[in-house]
Amino acid sequence: MEHLLALTVGTLFSGALFLMLSGELVRFVFGFVLMGNAVNLLIFTAGRLSFVAPPLIGKTGTVPAGPVANALPQALILTAIVIGFAMTLFLLILLYRTYAQTRTLNTRRTEFLSESAGDDTDSDIRKKNPS
Amino acid sequence: MLLKPPETEAVPDCCRGGLYSCLLPFGLFGLLCLAWPRVAGGAVFTAQWAWVPSLDLNLAFRLDGLSLLFGLIITMTGFFVTIYASSYMAGHPHNGRFFVFLHAFMTAMLGIVFADNLLLMFICWEATTVLSFLLIGFDHEKAEARENARQALLVTGAGGLFLLMGILLVKSAGFPMTLSLLGDSRDLIQTHALYPAVFICFLVGAMTKSGQVPFHFWLPNAMSAPTPISAFLHAATMVKAGIYLLMRLHPVLGGTTLWMSTLVLVGGTTALWGAVQALGPCDLKRILAYTTLMALGVLTLFLGGRTVMSLTAATTFLMVHALYKAALFLAVGSIDHQTGTRDLNLLGGLMTRMPLTTLAVAGATLSMAGFPLFFGFIGKEIMYAGALAEEIWPLFATGITLSANALMTAVAAIILITPFFGPLPAHLKHTWETPWTMRIGPAFMGLLGIVFGIMPEWVSKHLIQPAVFAFHPDREEIRLFLFHGINLPLLLSVVTLTSGAVIYWQKTRLRRGIGAATEKLWVTTPGLYQSGLTRFLGTAAAVTRILQNGSLSIYLSVIVLTLVLLTGSVWLPHAADIVTVPAVTGPYIAVGLFVFVLGAAAVVVTARHRLAAIGGLGGVGGGVALIFLVFGAPDIALTQLLVETLTLIFVSLILLRLPPMEPIINPGTPSRMRTLRNAILSAGAGLVVFTLISGVVGHPLDRGQTTFFETHSYLSAHGRNIVNVILVDFRSLDTLGEICVIVLAAWAGVHLIRRPFGQKRAP
Repeated sequence: MEHLLALTVGTLFSGALFLMLSGELVRFVFGFVLMGNAVNLLIFTAGRLSFVAPPLIGKTGTVPAGPVANALPQALILTAIVIGFAMTLFLLILLYRTYAQTRTLNTRRTEFLSESAGDDTDSDIRKKNPS
Repeated sequence: MLLKPPETEAVPDCCRGGLYSCLLPFGLFGLLCLAWPRVAGGAVFTAQWAWVPSLDLNLAFRLDGLSLLFGLIITMTGFFVTIYASSYMAGHPHNGRFFVFLHAFMTAMLGIVFADNLLLMFICWEATTVLSFLLIGFDHEKAEARENARQALLVTGAGGLFLLMGILLVKSAGFPMTLSLLGDSRDLIQTHALYPAVFICFLVGAMTKSGQVPFHFWLPNAMSAPTPISAFLHAATMVKAGIYLLMRLHPVLGGTTLWMSTLVLVGGTTALWGAVQALGPCDLKRILAYTTLMALGVLTLFLGGRTVMSLTAATTFLMVHALYKAALFLAVGSIDHQTGTRDLNLLGGLMTRMPLTTLAVAGATLSMAGFPLFFGFIGKEIMYAGALAEEIWPLFATGITLSANALMTAVAAIILITPFFGPLPAHLKHTWETPWTMRIGPAFMGLLGIVFGIMPEWVSKHLIQPAVFAFHPDREEIRLFLFHGINLPLLLSVVTLTSGAVIYWQKTRLRRGIGAATEKLWVTTPGLYQSGLTRFLGTAAAVTRILQNGSLSIYLSVIVLTLVLLTGSVWLPHAADIVTVPAVTGPYIAVGLFVFVLGAAAVVVTARHRLAAIGGLGGVGGGVALIFLVFGAPDIALTQLLVETLTLIFVSLILLRLPPMEPIINPGTPSRMRTLRNAILSAGAGLVVFTLISGVVGHPLDRGQTTFFETHSYLSAHGRNIVNVILVDFRSLDTLGEICVIVLAAWAGVHLIRRPFGQKRAP
């Protein structure tokens, strides 16, 4: 079962990288989200799969009764999901800002590569509004 | 535009803080004087503190005759240079910085001569390199000063790396890092297979620092430093560091045929080159710089010998040179300061205007030319004796010394006669003597040249003999006399003075000849340095253009390619043994979920419209959540579902404001090729990831951590949900970090949205 999930993760990786390499920023974000899912699954697989109860302790005992799923990777993934979410949001805002500034989302376009346009106007604005 | 200072505000004639800081070199000089009698009697003071013992790097210091001599020269020159500079630099906007650099430089130089640990010496050595960069480029608003400072830094810095290499070779061969212990292994080192390499490394270090041909060119250019600095660098510090290194290593590496022949050759070439070039320029400072080259060459030449006579010659001349060179530099600085020029063609007749400076220069130049009764005369006598006592090519050494000395005599005459004698030009009518702070240094050191010249026996007993004994095993008594009797050295002295006079007489013709000959040289090291630097910068720019080209796709491609090639090439051959054919056991519903996730991912990848892609993303997220649920992880399944929903809402919100996606394959071959290349790259990366995970799960799992959490979750942290307990208790710092990431991302995001958008300018 682990090997099957590993295959799934590998394929998700390929898809995510393919989107990120395309040079178009919307696709890059989609690829980034896919990559986040793939990485979470990777950690999960590395902690082994078990078709058993969740890692909880019953009301009476002090340790789990019977075998439970591996708790450690779950804790790591919880953290990773939240951080991935924050990063995705930040990326989306950057995307929005980039488009507002350059009027394109294709990194191969020349407008995208000319750095001066955005910088100049920004510094001009700051001069006008020193606050 | 700079505002001119009001006319009423006179430029201060002295920088008080700078003047008081002369107490530092003075105090150090006093301390050395306290130790002097005992060191002259053969005592050695040592002190040691551990610094990084595992690297053999200790704060080990040692005061013997040689370090004492250098220490006295450094602190005395430092003292007079500081006093001098307090007037010279008065009114300069950065004079506070100047004195800090100056004293830091002096301390680093003292560190070199007192260090008893090779690595410690290297650290001080590099400190002088960096500080000399700051000092030479002190007038950093001048492009020329910056250029020359960089040149000095690159040349001496590269030499410093050679020195380090030599030290590490010595260390790797198993020898101690303590300088004073190294002498005991002399025979072992000199027969060691690494000896030539060690020798070359140390030699290159010394040659770059001490301006030996072919690394000499930085030294005349370092004249863009303020004159007190030039005096300090040339007479007592920086360039003498290489000479000190050669002296210190003489008992360890010296005396072999390789050592003797190389040093005699290098030193001889430098001496002759410097002496000849000194006739050329009209800038007094530049002339002095070339005479420094000559002196350094002569010193190296004598260090090539291994008899007491040669080494005594080197040590004596070191002192002679330090005295007259410091005096001359300071005096030239005074001329420059008072008249605004140091061009020989514009100067003349200053004797009546600057009498004391004239006297100081007269003392220094007569010592430089080697007139009887001056210290330089003693130096010259012992130089001829030393050259004749060289074991390798004594005639070559004597010839070089003779020609260099004759040229020096002529240069000394030029420096003394041209600016001070003859008619006073009209534009110098209002020139007056300098303040006392700028007179005391040249005067005192010029005077010492006579005092030492009259009582050479005292000098040889108390300074030169202890110094030579410190780096030569023979305890042959060294005595210098005012008059050695009529012998070959005296005869050579007469020849020197005569030919010097002839050269002075023919100086215009010679100058023209030298200029023409120098221009005809078809390859020069300054030229090589310049073209090398240009090419280096060009290559760096080209590499940057390729690697840092600003294209996201290319950056990512490089990263992925590295993953595939490096990890893949090492890992994939082993992967075949570990990775088994996936066996389907367990819940079949999971297999269905995998297929669902992959299908949804395929929708995202191939989507032509954003809505389809967003739907696909939702499918992937939901499928992954279900996979978590199936395998006993309801907590993360819940989180995943929540986060996935939020992500999709935000993606949709933002995408509403963005243009539709462009098709992934535009018509045209380049786009098609690029897509194919990307597909191959990402497929390769996916394969590497798949085999890596398969390899991981093929190994037995260490559940130690998990077992710890399971047993302690309730007993220690009183929580029944183990995952939650890990997050908020055992690994709560991780969770704090996670919260910080969210806050930072939100903060940055808010500012990015709220910042006003600029309108695009028309190009």
